[in-house]
Amino acid sequence: MSKFKKKKKGMPAVNTASLPDIVFMLLFFFMVTTTMRETELVIDSPRLPSATEVKKLEHKSLVSTIYVGKPKDEKYGTSYNRIQLNDKIATPEDIPAFIYNERSKRAEEEVPYMTTSIKADRESNVGVITDIRLKLRDVNALKISYSASKSSE
Amino acid sequence: MARRENPEINAGSMADIAFLLLIFFLVTTTMNVDSGVSKKLSEKPPPNYEPPIIKKKNIFEVNINRKNELMVEDERMQLKDLKEAAMKFIDNGGGVGKPGEDGTPGQPCDYCQGEKSESSSDHPNKAVISVQSDRGTEYGTYIAVQNELLKAYRELRDRLCRQRYNMSFTELEEAYKDDKNNEDLKKKVEDIKKAYPQIISDAEPTSAQ
Repeated sequence: MSKFKKKKKGMPAVNTASLPDIVFMLLFFFMVTTTMRETELVIDSPRLPSATEVKKLEHKSLVSTIYVGKPKDEKYGTSYNRIQLNDKIATPEDIPAFIYNERSKRAEEEVPYMTTSIKADRESNVGVITDIRLKLRDVNALKISYSASKSSE
Repeated sequence: MARRENPEINAGSMADIAFLLLIFFLVTTTMNVDSGVSKKLSEKPPPNYEPPIIKKKNIFEVNINRKNELMVEDERMQLKDLKEAAMKFIDNGGGVGKPGEDGTPGQPCDYCQGEKSESSSDHPNKAVISVQSDRGTEYGTYIAVQNELLKAYRELRDRLCRQRYNMSFTELEEAYKDDKNNEDLKKKVEDIKKAYPQIISDAEPTSAQ
């Protein structure tokens, strides 16, 4: 009976219909976890020092960042001690204005919880860090965090 | 004429499009969480403020010169020995602590396991670590020194916490973070923090010229 004759079949192709689903799932994961860099660095990306006793910075919206490092543009010199605020090279004298500006963006009751994160290159000098610290103290921005990468022992 | 079926849209290239997007986000993603050595600055003193007089034996002086060399209590030291030295100093407990806020006289340190030497610190809550660096000191070294000092405190707190509550201080803090309203945990965290308060002060740096 020809009706029940077995047809010869090759290997069935693997069904790839769900491949897009898998890829989309991954896609959404990365879309959600991505944080785009807000400020463009005009200094070379600081090589952070490493430390073991680091704490995670919580409440990212309450963190204002000061960068210290070597400027990309030669006209600002080649030392590792230039300060970047927002997206410009600045001097320590500009820090109070920067902090006031950051504060004005947040609600008043959040101001005491604001943290200043100092991202400095490991070859920067303590002198410039001290200048920053004194300026921060002048405007009562007392919570600071020296940005460092976590090293395991 | 044969009836034509509605032609299906070919979804074969959907995966390619999704992959393209996926790769874009893969490349731009930065997963690192911001972390750092946190520190609280002291408030600006009023103009005619006179610093309190602290006995020399209660100050642990750490000097970093512009060549990133370490001098601790007038002796040269390697970074790896700093933690031991700091722990020994903090945990000495040679005298009585600060008087309580309600006027109770200071108590001797009953949990310290140090040498109780006369010439070192009286009590962990009186022991001050003063870090003096030069303006030319490298930031990396400065952070490494701070890190070692914090490690010393961490180790002492861990030890005391194990003794009293049978878990390390890190675990206790984690537990408290997960359960902020737990008064019992809060009291424990504060108890340990009060027993070994972190008193690290930054002295005005010396200038190079």
